[in-house]
Amino acid sequence: MLRSLHKIPGLVAAALILLLATTGVVLSVLPALETAQAPAVTAPAPTTAELAARVAAAYPGVEQIRRAPSGLITAFYFENDRPGRVVIDPATGEGVREYTPSAFSRWMTNLHRSLFLDDGGRLTAAAGALAMLVLCVSGCLLTVRRVGGWGRLFSRLRGPLAGRLHVEIARIALPGLLLSSLTALVMTAGTFGVLPSDRAAPLFPTEVSETMGAAPGDIAALAAVPLEDLRELTFPYPGDATDVFTLKTVSGTGYLDQGTGAMLVWADHGPWQQLSATVKMLHTGKGAWVLGLVLGLTTLGAPVLAVTGIIIWLSGRRSRPRLPAGVRADRADTIILVGSEGGSTWGFAATLHKGLMVAGHTVHTAALSRFAPERYTSARQVIILASTYGDGAAPSSAQGFADRLAALPAAPAIPLAVLGFGDRQFPDFCGYACEIARLAEEKGWEQLLPLDRVDRQSPQDFARWGRALGQALGRPLELAHQPALAPTHPLTLISRRDYGAQMQAPTSILRFALPSVGLWQRITGRGFPRFAAGDLLGILPEGSAVPRFYSLASASRDGFVEICVKKHTGGLCSGQLIGLAPGDEVRGFIRRNPDFRPAGNRKPVILIGAGTGIGPLAGFARANRKGRDMHLYFGARHPKSDLLYDEELRQWQADGRLASVNTAFSRTADRSYVQDILRKDAVRIADLIDSGAQVLVCGGREMANGVTAAMADILQPKGLTPATLKAEGRYVEDVY
Amino acid sequence: MKPFLAVMALTTALVAPELAMAKQVTLTTTLNNYGGDGAYLAFYVTDANGAYKGSLWMAGGKSKYYEHLSDWFRATAGNAAEINGITGASVGAGQSLTVTLDLADALFDAGYELHIDAAVEDMRDSPSEVVIPLTRDGAGQAVRGRRYIETFSYDM
Repeated sequence: MLRSLHKIPGLVAAALILLLATTGVVLSVLPALETAQAPAVTAPAPTTAELAARVAAAYPGVEQIRRAPSGLITAFYFENDRPGRVVIDPATGEGVREYTPSAFSRWMTNLHRSLFLDDGGRLTAAAGALAMLVLCVSGCLLTVRRVGGWGRLFSRLRGPLAGRLHVEIARIALPGLLLSSLTALVMTAGTFGVLPSDRAAPLFPTEVSETMGAAPGDIAALAAVPLEDLRELTFPYPGDATDVFTLKTVSGTGYLDQGTGAMLVWADHGPWQQLSATVKMLHTGKGAWVLGLVLGLTTLGAPVLAVTGIIIWLSGRRSRPRLPAGVRADRADTIILVGSEGGSTWGFAATLHKGLMVAGHTVHTAALSRFAPERYTSARQVIILASTYGDGAAPSSAQGFADRLAALPAAPAIPLAVLGFGDRQFPDFCGYACEIARLAEEKGWEQLLPLDRVDRQSPQDFARWGRALGQALGRPLELAHQPALAPTHPLTLISRRDYGAQMQAPTSILRFALPSVGLWQRITGRGFPRFAAGDLLGILPEGSAVPRFYSLASASRDGFVEICVKKHTGGLCSGQLIGLAPGDEVRGFIRRNPDFRPAGNRKPVILIGAGTGIGPLAGFARANRKGRDMHLYFGARHPKSDLLYDEELRQWQADGRLASVNTAFSRTADRSYVQDILRKDAVRIADLIDSGAQVLVCGGREMANGVTAAMADILQPKGLTPATLKAEGRYVEDVY
Repeated sequence: MKPFLAVMALTTALVAPELAMAKQVTLTTTLNNYGGDGAYLAFYVTDANGAYKGSLWMAGGKSKYYEHLSDWFRATAGNAAEINGITGASVGAGQSLTVTLDLADALFDAGYELHIDAAVEDMRDSPSEVVIPLTRDGAGQAVRGRRYIETFSYDM
């Protein structure tokens, strides 16, 4: 619901918002420009009486003096029966130049508020403002739901660039956009008379002295008005004794006798008029040029939000796979329910659906939010595939499921299997799936399979679970899930360096040539994308449709694609890669991993890794041409066997790309592991953390756990934990 | 702009009770290129002493801006009943407005004056931009306004 409240107005109003925001940004600069161009008021500032006297002396035919909220003072006068208008220097009362209202500003204002379409256009623009307001509120609530609470609204974000950019810019732009859209709506309501109005000028005085000749400089009521409070002073018609001075200030309107100078009538602005003046100032920045510039700056975010929003929507649509045709819920023997946020879990559901059909089942697949056990009359099993939104919250297609389950008098009599999808690096791995499993157990729902979890969309995890499911159902089930893959490119091996042969653990640094990409492919976005160390190279081994991922040890600017591979016994992909000779080809593609890389600042970096985990760390060091303070802790088996990048490590230390290198060897007399050298160096590591250092860990799960334990001990005296650093993005892992 | 056949409010004293005593009068107003948004124009009649007698036409639909037609507003206190049924759209810079209405014979050559107040957003208000006596001889003779009106004439 909330998501639709964000998506629909966003898509419908994107073009309109783009136009309103762009014109709004241009208009936001104008008040500051006008203020800069207004002649300066020298202290002591003249009163309205002094100003009126000076202007009347310079222009005997003066009709009206106006002071704009920007401070610009203008006078309108008649000379030889011709109207004139000038910008006044308040110090002298003389005109400094002819006053010509800016045609550009008027054109831009009309485009912004009415699209040159008069009242219809004003209503359209107001609809745009309303859409913006709805987007602000729904977007804010969505972000809160995603990050797990108001307190974390400004926490570090993860995920693809468009999504991160969208939220990051929105967080900054939100107050400005909220203010602009709200005030726009109030102004429109005022224009169309929807708001109560108390703005009528006071009634003209019934009696005047019918004398003439009070000098404006001597009128006490004018002397009492400081210059910055003046709005307008209109002089009486020459020769008409029944006319008066009309004075408008920020606080009210009044009439002054032109003979005696007495205030005949005065009326303060009503509260509605004051409100509308304040709202106008807040929206236009007229009279508050700094605010205007700030609003303009935040409004600059709106076009970016519109574009990134559409990109997010498009990529979400593209990643949603088409489900094979299923059967009705009451005829299916297997019900698949999907709780998905971005759409990738639907892909797994489609693979499961097909696999079960091939195995002879009748299948019905639906969103978890459409859970309706009373309809599952033929079902023999229910399978729930669920991802997690933010910190253990229900994803969008699972809304309401927990309540519906809780409301059932008894658990359905059909056994249940739950499979969670998530990222092991988050503290609450598969939080929502765990929650479902807990609720089901509480309810006494019979289990078909124990809860299982898939880490980072791993097809291997999924296939393993599929085999277990097949066993439970008594029919073998092969689930070869292919996530919607980027197109692969041929990669030619140009060189390899081999290690570890003595330890029966062949490991190689493989360097491939950058695939050559035509201009047309580049323009259409089908080329080999740019990448950085820490991104992933997906390799499709021969004889399998499921890719394996390797952390990249190079960036595209290095001009080659480099990975570290260790041969696993029986490993299909690692076997093929280790068997490559220069000139051989494999097929691969890039997957971004933007969270695993040094933060964009100048603070120190601690790189920790073991085995092939040194790959991306070496890539970070190689890219450290500016000599940022970077320290490497590296665990291997034996210096003579598998000290990967041995030559480069020496060279990078010499040229300052690495400040220090510490190594641990598990198959020497020392028998030390990387966590041991961390503990030995605890004082320095703690100091580095103190100065804001970021920790990047890459390697096997076991090593990562050992490192976390060691770092917890090192950080403990500082009152810190790896978890607190993780929350700040200062402790990131790439673990396999 | 197309001519309007004004349907005048019965409350205004200017409407002829019978057509025999009325003249069909066409008011033609052309604005100059003053470089602003559409102008609000109030057409109304005063007697020889300048006392307000009634309104003929209001060009401009939003009553919140009527206070800028300051002479008309002063005379009527902005009373919307004065222009009930005789209101049209504002007039753009360089454009013309033509209004046709039935006016009582007695208004001509009797010292009555026709006033036009003009106002433009963010520009100088121009009350009594045009003031001309209503006479049979004056029909068809164009006059110039002070700020915004290039020419004005009435024909019968």
